Amino acid sequence: MKRGRLAAVLPPIVFGILFLAAWELFVVARDIKPYLLPKPSAIWGQFHGNFTFIRKATQVTGTNALIGLLLGVVLGSAIAFAASRFKLLNELISPMAIAVSAMPIIVLVAIFNDLFVITSEIPRRLMVAVVVFFLVFINVSKGLTQADATQLELMRSYGAGEADIIRKVRVPHALEFFFVALRQAAPLAVVTAFVSEYFGGLQNGLGSRISQSIANSRDAAGWAYVVGACLLGLAFFLLSIALERIAMPWKVRRSSS
Amino acid sequence: MSDFAVDVAGVSMVFNNGRPNQVRAIDDVSLTVRSGEFVSLIGPSGCGKSTMLRLIANLIEPTSGSITVNGKPAAQARLDGDYGMAFQQAGLFEWRSVARNVELPLELKSWDRAKRRERALEMLRLVKLDEFADHYPWELSGGMQQRVAIARALSFSPGLLLMDEPFGALDEMTREHMQTELIRICAETGCSVVFVTHSIPEAVYLSDRVIVMSPRPGRIAAIVEVDLGKRSEDTREATDFFNKVTEVREALRGFEHTDRVISVDDR
Repeated sequence: MKRGRLAAVLPPIVFGILFLAAWELFVVARDIKPYLLPKPSAIWGQFHGNFTFIRKATQVTGTNALIGLLLGVVLGSAIAFAASRFKLLNELISPMAIAVSAMPIIVLVAIFNDLFVITSEIPRRLMVAVVVFFLVFINVSKGLTQADATQLELMRSYGAGEADIIRKVRVPHALEFFFVALRQAAPLAVVTAFVSEYFGGLQNGLGSRISQSIANSRDAAGWAYVVGACLLGLAFFLLSIALERIAMPWKVRRSSS
Repeated sequence: MSDFAVDVAGVSMVFNNGRPNQVRAIDDVSLTVRSGEFVSLIGPSGCGKSTMLRLIANLIEPTSGSITVNGKPAAQARLDGDYGMAFQQAGLFEWRSVARNVELPLELKSWDRAKRRERALEMLRLVKLDEFADHYPWELSGGMQQRVAIARALSFSPGLLLMDEPFGALDEMTREHMQTELIRICAETGCSVVFVTHSIPEAVYLSDRVIVMSPRPGRIAAIVEVDLGKRSEDTREATDFFNKVTEVREALRGFEHTDRVISVDDR
């Protein structure tokens, strides 16, 4: 078991190290100017030197992403549940949700910036919530309505009422769809929070810091903030996977065997 | 209480009644199943045998006629848990362990946790799967899953089992094994069974009576009494067994001249 895990983890790590080494060598050997492509060692130096700033900026963007994500997940699940109960609601929302998921709705943040005080984080959080909402809504709706026909007949044969069917069949079935949505929504929340910063407003997050650093020709510092952004996205993704494993133990065993 | 586990009297079932796509699925069927009896329903595809089973289970309401289960109206019997059901798909809940699957009907009937668990293990012993109690359904083979489904159907000790082609998706070897197991389980529990199948040998091997249904609208075309005594693997090769298989086959052929193509094993 342990050896199997090592064998799975080792190749990507080795590849990563080789990639960074090749990058470093390439920049040194071809004498690439730092404003075109900084060396990994320089980026690391900046990351280390600016750690407090990077951590602060990551916190700002991360908090926006997290609050928006929670809001979107809660609302998306709740409204999907309501729509599965009330047909009219479903007919109103579903077509819109599907249409919206094909649009670059992130530009809405520009309007949110106008609607709220420009020095607040609300527009970005709201933007994240909107993006997450539709993703969660579409998936959870699907999960709640597509239960297995045999399982439903069995429940009826036990004389189960609608409340039991929801609790014991529809909700557990929708859980899988919920986590499919969350696995996409968690990193997407970070991306949305990050990109939202490019539409003006407060200049305290990762997105703003990156553009400032690049504008001031501090390219290696810009890259250091990029590293922060990558770590943040990764953290959100891992968090969603961890939650999935806790919530669906029957899946864990399947994937590990 | 009546002596009949099931009493179907003059039942007809019309789907989409009064609409252009109206279908008469069952036409004036009467049949009884005695307590402890094993009855199979056999017939060509679309003859309404699964519909018949769903009517007895009160999953659908008949257009006319009455259905009594354990001496009560079918709807009451369903709510009272008078029958257990198994389908071609095992229909196990993939998020529940094997034992918790068997416990599900007991949960709905508000048994307390310890009693549920105890009964689940007892039922799993009956189908010889107690060592898999804490596995998840996907870890089991198709035949094992079907045995869990049977254990679940029996968990609340219903006097009647309603089975809709429960072995239809299994390979021939597993299927014969499951038939033997089912006969043993029925003997141990004293259950009455209504069993829907496409397979003539299966119907003959399992049943006290085989009810042959005609193509749509479903009617009872023939009733074949099967008296083969205690079943064993030898029964499958006995002359009497083959004679009964032939008798059922001929009853099924009886309506072939109506120019319908009938295949008993189609699926």
